[in-house]
Amino acid sequence: MRKLALSDEILMQIEKPARYIGNEVNSVMKDKEHVAVRFAMCFPDVYEIGMSHLGIQILYSMLNEWDDVWCERVYSPWVDLDKIMREQRIPLFALESQEPVKDMDFLGITIQYEMCYTNILQVLDLAQIPVYAGDRGEDVPIVIGGGPCTYNPEPIADFFDLFYIGEGETQYRNLFDCYLENRKGGGSRHDFLRKAAKLPGIYVPQFYEEQYNEDGTIRGRRKLYEDIPDTILKQLVTDMDNAYYPLKPVVPFIKVTQDRVVLEIQRGCIRGCRFCQAGQLYRPVRERSADRLKEYAKQLLANTGHEEISLSSLSSSDYTQLNELLDFLIDDCDKRHVNISLPSLRIDAFSLDVMSKVQDVKKSSLTFAPEAGSQRLRDVINKGLTEEVILKGAALAFKGGWTRVKLYFMLGLPTETDEDIKGIGDLSNKIAAVFFDTVPKDKRVNGRVQIVTSTSFFIPKPFTPFQWASMCTKEEFIDKAYLTRQGIMEQLNQKSIKYNWHEADISVLEGVFARGDRRIAKVIYEAYKKGCLFDSWSEYFRNDVWLECFEACGVDIGFYTTRERADNEIFPWDFLDCGVTKEFLLREWKKAQTQTVSKNCREQCQGCGANRFGVGICYDKNAG
Amino acid sequence: MKIRIKFAKYGVMKFIGHLDMMRYFQKAVRRAGIDIRYSEGFSPHQIMSFAAPLGVGIESFGEYMDIEVLSMTSAEDMKQALDRVMVEGVRILSVNVMPDHVKNAMASVAAASYRIAMKNRAFPINELDEKLRAFYAQETIPYTKETKKGIAELDLKQGLYKIEADESGAVCMLVNASSSGNIKPTVIFEKFCEFTGVSIPQTAYQVTRLETYADMAEEGEAHKFVPLSEV
Repeated sequence: MRKLALSDEILMQIEKPARYIGNEVNSVMKDKEHVAVRFAMCFPDVYEIGMSHLGIQILYSMLNEWDDVWCERVYSPWVDLDKIMREQRIPLFALESQEPVKDMDFLGITIQYEMCYTNILQVLDLAQIPVYAGDRGEDVPIVIGGGPCTYNPEPIADFFDLFYIGEGETQYRNLFDCYLENRKGGGSRHDFLRKAAKLPGIYVPQFYEEQYNEDGTIRGRRKLYEDIPDTILKQLVTDMDNAYYPLKPVVPFIKVTQDRVVLEIQRGCIRGCRFCQAGQLYRPVRERSADRLKEYAKQLLANTGHEEISLSSLSSSDYTQLNELLDFLIDDCDKRHVNISLPSLRIDAFSLDVMSKVQDVKKSSLTFAPEAGSQRLRDVINKGLTEEVILKGAALAFKGGWTRVKLYFMLGLPTETDEDIKGIGDLSNKIAAVFFDTVPKDKRVNGRVQIVTSTSFFIPKPFTPFQWASMCTKEEFIDKAYLTRQGIMEQLNQKSIKYNWHEADISVLEGVFARGDRRIAKVIYEAYKKGCLFDSWSEYFRNDVWLECFEACGVDIGFYTTRERADNEIFPWDFLDCGVTKEFLLREWKKAQTQTVSKNCREQCQGCGANRFGVGICYDKNAG
Repeated sequence: MKIRIKFAKYGVMKFIGHLDMMRYFQKAVRRAGIDIRYSEGFSPHQIMSFAAPLGVGIESFGEYMDIEVLSMTSAEDMKQALDRVMVEGVRILSVNVMPDHVKNAMASVAAASYRIAMKNRAFPINELDEKLRAFYAQETIPYTKETKKGIAELDLKQGLYKIEADESGAVCMLVNASSSGNIKPTVIFEKFCEFTGVSIPQTAYQVTRLETYADMAEEGEAHKFVPLSEV
């Protein structure tokens, strides 16, 4: 039996020791003497969050298919264990072998959201790996970053040896072969990074310098070597049906956020909402065939024993074979006593019919994401959802017995006025009114309708048409939330509407990280040293400490958040090529300002540039 | 059909709590392809119940759960099918088809035996045996239990059926484990330490449950403890 890295004494005094012992069903053990590459795959947040992530499961299983590679998992130790590990100088370990991460060849960190940046430093620090890439010696693991936040890696560039830009399924074998060849030839760490920098999709930040104008904007970049690329092109899966899919995902012992089989039905989104980063990054839309997914579903359920299955994609309603797939799942899962957890589907007769088959109508709720309160603003953000469609869907649903509705909006969108904000209350009220109009008094199951209206604050993200936009200050955000609440309170049906809003502090910081440059790194490091950790957990977020650190480092928050960018400004992420061109994004930014909508990929190509990959919807005969 | 499954839980699995073990077995039953019976209603669940919850940190070679199945080939097939889908640290020890009239495992539990091994030998073996005898010879072993409802004065002696040293120098005991009179082995052990004037921190000994018993005593008999798999 494996010896654990932590003693019984420690495991018995911390919360949920199961987070740290490994041994889960389908976790992979190998003989370390018989592998050439040891890889620690890290999700820098607590186990329950990290274990719920499909991307890690894909890469973990794929890497372990290779005989010469052993991939193990690492998550952020929770604050209780963090304290003990620091006090006792226990090095961070991987769950499978329970051996120190610092003894591995690679540490791969997936970066899913900006607010995990201090957790990245925690992982490096606890692993006893120098935090700055420039301070790492020959025996230290190569630290790789991947995931959506690497589409602007600059704020954390100093902490990584390399970034993998794009979908993980494609380049890891090449990277490992390059590593093994370098090692065989007696090459140094630097030699490896030099070679890796020429591989498709691999970015080695220390070989590039950011240069600034006097006003603080970026003048350009200088590469230290002539033979490395100026731009890094996103890597992507070109054949979804033959791409690797993990059929034996790890099954955790403790309850995690996504405790179910996940079927990824497609990548990308046809919609082109102008605030949405994922909608641009994962272009073009590529579907998996329903036949393939049916086979995966059967095997995944058999291999995990999960009692629930769900579909994953950015917009499941746009999946062309959804009907066929759901028919199959409803039938097959019923036989197996497996529940289907539906993703948010567009509310129409079809989806309501499906929902009524798989969930208890009385207990479940409907979700609409109008994102903006007025049609004008919805046109600005290119959210092709009209009030008519929402009200029609709601009426249908109320007739079907639903009484709960969730509405999602954003505050602080470009061009937003007080009128747009008032629209949030108006729309919530109209939906309540539809309920009272459609459902006669004697048929109202719970007496009345429950509408939960939630707002988040808009944060401009790289590679979106709004990357040029100004972001609100914290005070503006809070005023907008009050105005929204006031607007709801004034409604006739206000008793049926509950209003929730996000915290503004965290949004401001996320805004800095999202569009930051290399000058942000020292602030992150300072904040970490002052104890900031688990910033995405509001109970641990310490805004005052962050503000002090910005002040101490002489970094102006407003420069990154509220400043509106000129059309020709060079962005920190411009050297990355995600497929979508800057010209297209600028075109969309201009269209937004004139409230002009763009058709979706299936209706009419907008010339975003992603067709250069030669795959997906761009070449689909049925698309406009 | 009512099936009683006996399993062991040891090694790193001692850190998995009772509720998580239930979830683990629900998934394991699916992976093993067992034709388990589900309850009726909108969200059906497997008919499965566990005998006596085991605290985190305790190992066991005498855990039980009951399930109901609609069909099966043989108990041996089921044992192998389940054992194949276990992780390291959980073993299926036996699978028995139970007569329908048998009370379920949870309701049947009357006693459990435990072994407490000290990591640093606090007592020489011969001395330990003597001290345990003296401890057990006490007329009463008073204990103040703090519960949510308040404080209760108990006599542990009533539920301590046996206590002795084994050849390795560990303390073995048989105690009441019924829903009404359950006694934690650590409470007994702490009382014993107090009795001998030795202080041993919780982390310095490992508790293992050895067996879980039903009481098959007839009218008039005191106790007749039988392992749950043999009732």
